[in-house]
Amino acid sequence: MTEYSFGNPEIIEIETDILLIGGGMASCGAAYEAKRWAGDNVKITLVDKAALDRSGAVAMGLSAINTYLGPDRDPQDYCRMVSADLMGITRDDLVYDVGRHVDDSVHLFEEWGLPVWKDKGSEGMALKDGGKPVRSGKWQIMINGEGYKTIVAEAAKKALGIENIIERCFIVKLLLDTNEPNRIAGAVGFSVREHKLYVFKANAILDCCGGAVNLFRPRSTGEGNGRTWYPVWNAGSTYAMAAEVGAELTMMENRFVPARFKDGYGPVGAWFLLFKSQAVNAFGENYVVKNAHMLADFAPYDKATVVPTCLRNHAMLKEMKDGNGPIFMDTPTAMKKLAEKMTPAEIKHLEAEAWEDFLDMCIGQAGVWAGMNIRPEQNMSELMPTEPYLLGSHSGCCGIWVSGPEDINSPAEWKWGYNRMTTVNGLFTAGDGVGASGHKFSSGSHAEGRIAGKAMVKFVRDHNGFKPSLKGDINAIAEEIYKPVRTYLEHKDKTTAEDVNPNYILPRLLQQRLQKLMDEYVAGTSTYYNTNKVMLETGLHLLTMLKEDSQKMRAKDLHELMRAWENYHRIVAAEAHLRHILYREETRYPGFFYRADFPKLDDANWKVFVNSRINPETGEWEMKKVQHVDLVTKRYEGQGH
Amino acid sequence: MPTFVHTDKCDGCKGGSVTACMYICPNNLMKLDTTRMKAFNQEPDQCWECQCCVKACPQQAIEVRAYQDFVPMGGAVIPMRTDTAIMWTIKFRDGEVKRFKFPVRTTPVGSINPYDGKPEAADLDSPLLFTEAGKTLPTI
Repeated sequence: MTEYSFGNPEIIEIETDILLIGGGMASCGAAYEAKRWAGDNVKITLVDKAALDRSGAVAMGLSAINTYLGPDRDPQDYCRMVSADLMGITRDDLVYDVGRHVDDSVHLFEEWGLPVWKDKGSEGMALKDGGKPVRSGKWQIMINGEGYKTIVAEAAKKALGIENIIERCFIVKLLLDTNEPNRIAGAVGFSVREHKLYVFKANAILDCCGGAVNLFRPRSTGEGNGRTWYPVWNAGSTYAMAAEVGAELTMMENRFVPARFKDGYGPVGAWFLLFKSQAVNAFGENYVVKNAHMLADFAPYDKATVVPTCLRNHAMLKEMKDGNGPIFMDTPTAMKKLAEKMTPAEIKHLEAEAWEDFLDMCIGQAGVWAGMNIRPEQNMSELMPTEPYLLGSHSGCCGIWVSGPEDINSPAEWKWGYNRMTTVNGLFTAGDGVGASGHKFSSGSHAEGRIAGKAMVKFVRDHNGFKPSLKGDINAIAEEIYKPVRTYLEHKDKTTAEDVNPNYILPRLLQQRLQKLMDEYVAGTSTYYNTNKVMLETGLHLLTMLKEDSQKMRAKDLHELMRAWENYHRIVAAEAHLRHILYREETRYPGFFYRADFPKLDDANWKVFVNSRINPETGEWEMKKVQHVDLVTKRYEGQGH
Repeated sequence: MPTFVHTDKCDGCKGGSVTACMYICPNNLMKLDTTRMKAFNQEPDQCWECQCCVKACPQQAIEVRAYQDFVPMGGAVIPMRTDTAIMWTIKFRDGEVKRFKFPVRTTPVGSINPYDGKPEAADLDSPLLFTEAGKTLPTI
């Protein structure tokens, strides 16, 4: 028997009909839905880089479900809200589709055991039976969500069967078919725990591994490097792997810069929406009100009932640049006002709710408050806009261009047969992967995974004669994946300290180089999110050399091999982001980033999708404008969050 | 806010090949030192402080120590989780202790029967999800 060892992995080949890559909300939704349609004749395999119980963006938990319509909200209004927050350029077909299906997923969560807060008078009544949720905003409901992911994962595991789930396997490349052009055929990855390299052949694949975190130098660069707002393990794999097989991306210029409690990055939503708190500058002024005239430059979106997230950041940044910081969340005033009409018991409950908001989803923020002796009823807390994040499910909409639902009256170019299929046949995505439709959050991502899951079963039925034939030699691909290991083993003894060696670069340092250049040239925090054509071209020059050097990453163990490939994915995602920002010659998302050479919103020329694609034959990026159409008549007032 | 492991409490999950913390960490950070049979965080600056390992540890051997690049010393946030509820102890730098308890689940762990009582798969070509059978889906 061969003894497998580091650098000499066992190659395991698995044939499956449907491969789900990722284990977050979208993938769990896909597993649940697809299995029901697939029955026992279609094999479904789920691969997760971590453990399904606690993987993805909901690993820690959540204190709210941000998308639940309920019986009295119209999915068309949901389209209007999403459009306003994302400055007018969204796919109504995709957003509407999430809006009309999302409640079903929320009802399942509650049935499975997720505690949902209820208004007085409907305690104990399920949402689906008419129970009234506690709403923190027009679309949000409050939950006790510490165990949210464990519950959703249990349902997915039971549905799929534990034997069809492979954990701790990191898929790093998708593979096209040899015989059929533009057709997905498989994927490869490796175990981060055992000396095993996995080669999957599949008829249909779901690429849903979350957004992209740590592309930019974070504000905390020491131990706090890990305290990112979005999960630190989301490495842009979704976008990078799709791009490398030629899938069309959309709106990759979009990003999210959440304004959160400083350093801990704890949530502010409940403070604004549930506790009615105000954010003010150092002198107690409400900066959104004070700077409303600035926001008028970005009409009509400034007139939305809830001012778009980027515009609120824009007003905050003005204060910070003018020297009017720090920016504070005035929690004492809010709690005092709420307490005026409350009994002591109710006040105590309110305090618990305020802490639970952190403890359910951002425990680190509770640690910051404990360490700094901050009590929200006594002390205000600083707010700060974070480093940029790429995602498609929160208040951001970058991602992959997908086919929409057939039954919606959308342009013919928006649908090509299978809902949520990318422009590569057989390759699907959901959640953070789907571009031009933000504000899905956890529940919408699950629902979208279900939509994709069903469409994949349909695809497999319609293509049941397909025999995947992987493009490229598997042994050569295995060598490519293990290259950082080979590099390490070959050169490690050539210097007396293995971390300083001219023959290789540590994944950690490659990541820091990426973060530094993205920060300095591609509108990170150090330039107050400003960039221009020359900065971007300079950044691209440096990024190109970084990508070349990524071939020289080392991996001294499987954990570092994971980091090496994560950082390769980050580079590809970062390049897409940079090229899109370079292409879009306007400032559409002030407060998220500024094209200082094109500082104005330019609806006449740029109310369009920007799509891009790597030509898999040449490796060249192709950029284009794609016409935007509103399917729902837009009026932005009255569509509060 | 990286995790740390109390040497005296960690028993390496009694020699299992994968400890509870290794099993659960979403970022693959917890590792077993097989010489000492003790777990440790192999990359503290990549810790998201999700406390998944802390909650999973059968020995309550893992805690979180706040990020020292921005949090003053002395505070702590400690969970005690059961299958139905979680109890949080928050220790402030100045010594005050607060405690909060929240439900985490309304059903027994392992009790989900995902397709029990649900509609069978019907029309694969319709836009309805299987649980929506019989509904009229709105459209635009």
